[in-house]
Amino acid sequence: MNEDTIAAIATALGEGSIAVVRVSGQDAVDTVAKVFKSKQNLREAVSHTVHYGWIVDPQHDQVLDEVLVTVMKGPRSFTAEDVVEISTHGGIVAVKSVLELLLRHGARLAEPGEFTKRAFLNGRIDLAQAEAVIDLIRSKSDRAFQVARRQAEGSLSKQIIPMRQQLIELLAHVEVNIDYPEHDVEDVTSGFIRDNCSSVLREVEQLLIKSNEGKILREGIVTVIVGRPNAGKSSLLNALARENKAIVTDIPGTTRDIVEESVSLSGIPLRLLDTAGIRETSDKVEQIGVERSHGALNEADLILLVLNHHEPLHEDERKLLKQLKDRSTIVVVNKIDLPGQLEIEEVEQDYSRDRIVFLSAKEGNGIDLLEKAVSGLFFSGAVESGDITYVSNARHIALLHQTKRSLEEAISATQESVPIDLIQIDIAASWESLGQILGDAAGDSLLDQIFSQFCLGK
Amino acid sequence: MTYRAGDFDVIVIGAGHAGCEAALAAARMGCETLLLTINLDMVAFMPCNPSVGGPAKGHVVREIDALGGEMGRNIDKTFIQMRMLNTAKGPAVHALRAQADKFMYQHKMKETIELQERLTLRQGLVEDLIIEDGACVGVVTKTGAEYGAKTVVLTTGTYLRGKVILGELMYESGPNNQQPAVKLSEALKRCGFQLARFKTGTPPRVHEDSIDFSKTEIQPGDNKPKYFSYETEYMAHSDDQIPCWLTYTSEETHQIINDNLYRAPMFSGLIEGTGPRYCPSIEDKIVRFADKPKHQIFLEPEGRNTKEFYVQGLSTSMPEEVQIDILRSIPGLEKVEMMRPGYAIEYDAVIPTQLWPSLETKLVPNLFTAGQINGTSGYEEAAGQGVMAGINAARKVQGADPVIIERSRGYIGVMIDDLVTKGTNEPYRLLTSRAEYRLLLRHDNADLRMTPIGYEIGLIKEERHRKFLEKKERVEAEINRLKETKFRPDEAVQSMLTSAESSLLNNSVDGITLLRRPELNYRHLEALSPSPIELTEDMKEQVEIQVKYTGYIEKQQIQVERMERMEKKRIPENIDYDIIYGLAVEAKQKLGKIRPLSIGQASRISGVTPADLSILLVHLEHYNRVTAAAHGS
Repeated sequence: MNEDTIAAIATALGEGSIAVVRVSGQDAVDTVAKVFKSKQNLREAVSHTVHYGWIVDPQHDQVLDEVLVTVMKGPRSFTAEDVVEISTHGGIVAVKSVLELLLRHGARLAEPGEFTKRAFLNGRIDLAQAEAVIDLIRSKSDRAFQVARRQAEGSLSKQIIPMRQQLIELLAHVEVNIDYPEHDVEDVTSGFIRDNCSSVLREVEQLLIKSNEGKILREGIVTVIVGRPNAGKSSLLNALARENKAIVTDIPGTTRDIVEESVSLSGIPLRLLDTAGIRETSDKVEQIGVERSHGALNEADLILLVLNHHEPLHEDERKLLKQLKDRSTIVVVNKIDLPGQLEIEEVEQDYSRDRIVFLSAKEGNGIDLLEKAVSGLFFSGAVESGDITYVSNARHIALLHQTKRSLEEAISATQESVPIDLIQIDIAASWESLGQILGDAAGDSLLDQIFSQFCLGK
Repeated sequence: MTYRAGDFDVIVIGAGHAGCEAALAAARMGCETLLLTINLDMVAFMPCNPSVGGPAKGHVVREIDALGGEMGRNIDKTFIQMRMLNTAKGPAVHALRAQADKFMYQHKMKETIELQERLTLRQGLVEDLIIEDGACVGVVTKTGAEYGAKTVVLTTGTYLRGKVILGELMYESGPNNQQPAVKLSEALKRCGFQLARFKTGTPPRVHEDSIDFSKTEIQPGDNKPKYFSYETEYMAHSDDQIPCWLTYTSEETHQIINDNLYRAPMFSGLIEGTGPRYCPSIEDKIVRFADKPKHQIFLEPEGRNTKEFYVQGLSTSMPEEVQIDILRSIPGLEKVEMMRPGYAIEYDAVIPTQLWPSLETKLVPNLFTAGQINGTSGYEEAAGQGVMAGINAARKVQGADPVIIERSRGYIGVMIDDLVTKGTNEPYRLLTSRAEYRLLLRHDNADLRMTPIGYEIGLIKEERHRKFLEKKERVEAEINRLKETKFRPDEAVQSMLTSAESSLLNNSVDGITLLRRPELNYRHLEALSPSPIELTEDMKEQVEIQVKYTGYIEKQQIQVERMERMEKKRIPENIDYDIIYGLAVEAKQKLGKIRPLSIGQASRISGVTPADLSILLVHLEHYNRVTAAAHGS
């Protein structure tokens, strides 16, 4: 029962009229009470009661949503712990901001399957269900792992790695001063710590500003735009980027010659990959491009197959249509401003009408239809990693806030003549929370850094 | 031909720093104990640096002392210099370091062992283990003596298949030209142990009268030094300390080394063992940090009645004649007389993931290992494991559960957990940065952390425990008194604050609030409001630290509590990971190899993910409920 307090979005992310954030653990009531404004003090609420009020960010005194909060005290709850459920308005924005707020106020993001795990461990789920519980943990974790691995290659990681490097060099220096006091290594001064922590802090703050504007979501749903050369893939990409609150980051893209763009369609973060045109070719250089396109297809969560309205179907396109029909694919019939020659009936044999969109990327007509089709697919659950992507972004933001707090504490400690081995505690905490954003990719070690940076020994 | 030479509860093989602690602990806990060593003149010998302590290592010495071990008392009796390091930093990293009279250190330790009831010290080279039904029941020496035992502790140091390397020269040997233990290594292999090959080294020794000290800087000890042992009250030799001296390598030194690199066994391929990164030879330092223009060299006396000096910073396995050239290129050593050359030594170690956290081997019940054989380096690391192996070997004889120190309770716990959970691919040295709760594992509170354990297992006597409780109570009482004492903005208080360059009071505050100001210490408060409680300097220091750093201490304690929840979830020893549904293949392999005793320990194994831990928890709950149901019916 004395486990820490966890939170997660309990409902499928969708266009339903409400969404629910669930909080469980010994501080569940207290955590929610910190951000809940109502006539009723939640801390005094009777078990199994519902309360009307607002979720307010106390720092900025900003109302996030009008909500209903249900309090269920343990052991008469799903997990047998104290559980609080917050029903917010539907959609994504409200529920996500409520979750982020809770993570900033002491809750930890639940691990995949953790509510069910706790319910089982606390005896709320029958013994016979053990395997089912394990299956749930395994499958959710595996999916989360895939998303995490993809994100490790993303732009956020690319910005975090140098920040961590700066912190680990600082830490190594502090540790050498402590563990090798008689060595001729210069002493770290408060000013040096302050300068380093401040520069990392500035970058963390920049990231948080971007995240508020939704610009951190470069790690969105991997969406591959595929089609024959000149079907209009690039102009579709440009149209999406132009029309839809484009997230044009100042971060250089990946090195592979696939063009990347991040956009937010109806609040859904997409990481758009424009691939080289797919066709049978004997040109060696082009072949490499085509192979990469196929590779990107394999990793895609969502595929936009672009066909040219102005030309009859090509053999390569017929192959793609067959190959992709069981994936999360939307067929985009482009260039409807030109006379049609495409055999649309043939496409309709394998694809239902809601998965075919007619538009003109050049003129900008029909982009809204594409938006609707994508969110339809997403909210129906057909796009697999969507919810996880969202949640992990919330987690990243919470971790960035945590990093910020630790750095601020370290900086203020340098002004109060606190000894370095105590300041180190906050520097190390900031380094660790940044590491949690990277996950497995963080695998570096302070000791390695110490011994490669300094010449030590007897 | 063999003969039956005796039967004991506990046999300890090797009388180095691990072996001495193990044997003393077992005997003091009531076990008939035999301590066997290859050469009786080498008891508690310091084959490398003549010093004890420093960051993390000094902390361990205090922990050993607070548990009822000997190293702290012994170094207090025999130091020639004592210094507190890191005094400008926080209390957690203050660290005592002593220069030892290495001969006195040996003599005093040997004497303590000889006088210890139930402890027999004998010379003998152990060549085989007696195994019955898979468990260790005794040992056989080279001279044919067979000893029976209920438990056996191996503390073989660098003797196990030891090999000395010096330039092009290479020969089988223990440290300082002692006989190596070759056959015992084979016996361990026959038992199925996986062995690693490690390497360490030592610098040359020089004659004091050939050093020109005018070219070096003096490094004196502290006036009125502190001691390692909580029992030591005053040592007369505190007022008669001997300094060390500091000099540096020169450009010429680096040139000589570079010119002779082709003869260095490190680079010619003669050395196969893995050496420690934190203790590189001088040739290694010059190659790896080529842009560093000079390296520190400390000249340390080896004792009061010897002219030998230890040349710290110059560990090397270069040929003898090159070593002389290197030495003479160093300011102050131009005419130096080298008495013994430095050398590298390779030895076998047991890969420590083959041990339980009690230091008993998983393969052979009743067999324990401690010290360098477990892949560590350093006297203090060895002694820390030695005392734990001795305690647990004795407890096994007595049918009691092993004592396992948590990571949050002591550096000894950090070290043993690191070794048995993660293993090591180089000789392991303790560093304060290996501890996640450094602020809690302070040098000043080792007694608060360890003495209750020492008392419970019978190593700490009544009288000492009574004093310990008294200290604890008085410290708590004084903190409570400060909480309740109001300081008003009157003239006395304001003038004290002015003189301490602290801001003046507007309202009354309690003593705790005042003591938390960085510029104030206990002395300032004491002057205004003397305590009715009788407090020693130690107690005052304790009050000050506990009050001043409350915020940080509490932060770490919250982490510890979270950690402890994981540590308390026990995993049965006989669990079969292969049949656990849903566990990833990598996790099955890793868990099956390490066989962690708790979810906390499992979480520290690399390659075991949070999902694997969740699944393991679900499995354990399932198992417990099924078992409970079976017992219920």
